[in-house]
Amino acid sequence: MGLSSKHLLGLYGVPKKDIQLILDTAITFREILERTIKKLPTLQGQTIVNLFYENSTRTRLAFELAQKRLSADIINFSKSGSSAAKGESFKDTVKNIEAMKVDMIVCRHESAGIPEYLTQISDAKIINAGDGRHEHPTQGLLDMYSIREKVGKLEGLNVCIVGDISHSRVALSNIYGLQTMGANVSVCGPSTMIPWQLEQLGVKVYNNIDKAMAENDVLNVLRIQLERDAGSLIPSVREYHNYFGITVERIEKNNPNIIIMHPGPINRGVELSSEVADGNSQIILNQVTNGVAVRMAVLYLLGSKNEE
Amino acid sequence: MKILLRSVRLLNPEQGLDIVSDMLIESGVIKEIGNIDLSKYTDVKEYDFTNKVCVPGLYDMHVHLREPGREDKETVVSGSNSAAAGGYTGIACMPNTNPSIDSAEVVKFIIDRAKDHLVEVNPIGAVTKERKGEALAPMLELSDAGAVGFSDDGTAVKTASILRNALEYSKMIDAPIIEHCEDESLAGGSMNESIVSTQLGLPSIPTVAEDLIVMRGILLAEYTGGKIHIAHISSKRSVELVREAKLRGIDVTAEVAPHHFTLTDESVRAFDTNYKMNPPLREQKDLDAVIEVLQDGTIDCIASDHAPHTIEEKEMEYIYAPNGIVGLETQVGLTLTNLFHTGKLTIQQVVEKLSINPRKVLNLEVPNIAVGENANLTILDLDVEYIFDIKKTKSRSKNSPFNGSNLKGKSIAVINKSQMYYNNEFISI
Repeated sequence: MGLSSKHLLGLYGVPKKDIQLILDTAITFREILERTIKKLPTLQGQTIVNLFYENSTRTRLAFELAQKRLSADIINFSKSGSSAAKGESFKDTVKNIEAMKVDMIVCRHESAGIPEYLTQISDAKIINAGDGRHEHPTQGLLDMYSIREKVGKLEGLNVCIVGDISHSRVALSNIYGLQTMGANVSVCGPSTMIPWQLEQLGVKVYNNIDKAMAENDVLNVLRIQLERDAGSLIPSVREYHNYFGITVERIEKNNPNIIIMHPGPINRGVELSSEVADGNSQIILNQVTNGVAVRMAVLYLLGSKNEE
Repeated sequence: MKILLRSVRLLNPEQGLDIVSDMLIESGVIKEIGNIDLSKYTDVKEYDFTNKVCVPGLYDMHVHLREPGREDKETVVSGSNSAAAGGYTGIACMPNTNPSIDSAEVVKFIIDRAKDHLVEVNPIGAVTKERKGEALAPMLELSDAGAVGFSDDGTAVKTASILRNALEYSKMIDAPIIEHCEDESLAGGSMNESIVSTQLGLPSIPTVAEDLIVMRGILLAEYTGGKIHIAHISSKRSVELVREAKLRGIDVTAEVAPHHFTLTDESVRAFDTNYKMNPPLREQKDLDAVIEVLQDGTIDCIASDHAPHTIEEKEMEYIYAPNGIVGLETQVGLTLTNLFHTGKLTIQQVVEKLSINPRKVLNLEVPNIAVGENANLTILDLDVEYIFDIKKTKSRSKNSPFNGSNLKGKSIAVINKSQMYYNNEFISI
């Protein structure tokens, strides 16, 4: 009884039993994280490369920590920008790293599709740590874990993803994963931040945050990526906050029981007011801890999966 | 030397010709058509072309040869070899070389490189100097040197004002302005904008980026009375705009590339950069619309947009890989397989779109199949079934999404300029 794939490229098409298995396995690891001795020998002798072509703080730290907790040997590699612009091609870099006999590659890259490409040029097991605006499956898994931990179930739950959906890799992984687990997924944001024809994925689209809050059990609030081209999508951060920001007043008015999540890092005063950020710090920080447990589960399940 | 084409179907819709006959060619000139008695002649090489179709030499009006500048991807000669292998006796090459084709010297350089080749190469001049969209290129000089049309292909002509002037100016030589239709401010994506781009998280190019520039070109052609040709049309709305414009009597023509009537953006799901081109692969509704207007004549020509790139460039990350695929050697096969054998186009329509219309757009003489004429011919085997193998290409580049595709129908020989290409070799005739 293992996972059906040797890779974790995305949550698109991942069967329910696989997601269930990862989330259930993560419960065990979550408990271990509370012990004094947090290290397990599970991946002893396995070598994992963290191939990060794009900046990342918490995803990378969580993966590294998860790998160390499982006693894997780790190589870290970071680079940014087009491979061609930097001399060595992406393929050559991967081939070189692979020649060092690695078992798993955890990859973050600004181009969608890189994890699929890795499976073609490498024999290692591939874990996607975020590719372009495509998928970020371990984030989706840890969000689901955190929701399930808080509410006790995913089936039938109404979950709304709020913010810049079009530039988000978290949104798609949440949508695919949550739908597979039987939740009703919606999104809310300014119409310029909603991807083209998203409704075709069976996702309800809100442009009114009050309505979205009234009709949902959970809000997963994304970061407004100020460093990207948010400027051409919204007139100002102030207008965004006034019309889409989550405030204590809005929570009290629309749905006092709503659960607020955020993958971080938070722009305080933009997508969440400081009061909301602090008032919900428990679950938001839980997401971080759960992130380590979920990644341990993924590494463990893929790492112990033998070649057919 | 003399060659005899035995019992071949001679087909040229332009002449109303469709007969099965023998044809004798001497020193590159058609000498006799009919039941030929070989005893009259000596030193004749005979080819049995029973069940084969002989048509006016095919012409591809949209080819990137990469010389001068990127001879590692393609040269005038390697591209012409690929054209001959694909069934072409003539090609027009786009000016986005380095330096670009914006001076008489570059036009002459390319023509000189091609002068001994079976395939006739007609350069397309740049509309603006260095294709920068600022100042008009010396179009009269380019035309005198041998350029047959003008384009800033790779991008649209930068401003409406320059396009207006280009359309006015080119009227003096009756040459078309060939527009790559893409609004710059909406461009820059890696694939078509659709539910697929949403699911793949790839930056996208909406069809309206094409439609806007098609509309701009049509309106300016109407206003100036100039002649506009829409390159590689791909969107449903764009073909509707061209259809309406033709009904209004505006001097507009259009071409489509085989990949736009063969593939949709569903193919991008595998993130193989051989499916990355510009315009990008569109949706099924666009593909259906393109085929419909190929049938009704709105789209005049089929042109490959042959765009060679090196393996290392195409093996880049999807968002960084360059646009384009090679197409000279798959165009006839894809057209026959997907349009002729499916009953969507007659063989006459296929010949019009692959041979006659592109020459008309560029004001080139359409070859006649008649005694006394220079033999400029393509021999097609409509029924041969094969698997396309990119390893056998004559192009220097191998970036094709059609490697391994099952195709039905191809060119088996081309004849032009007293040369024949048959069985992978050129011979003097």
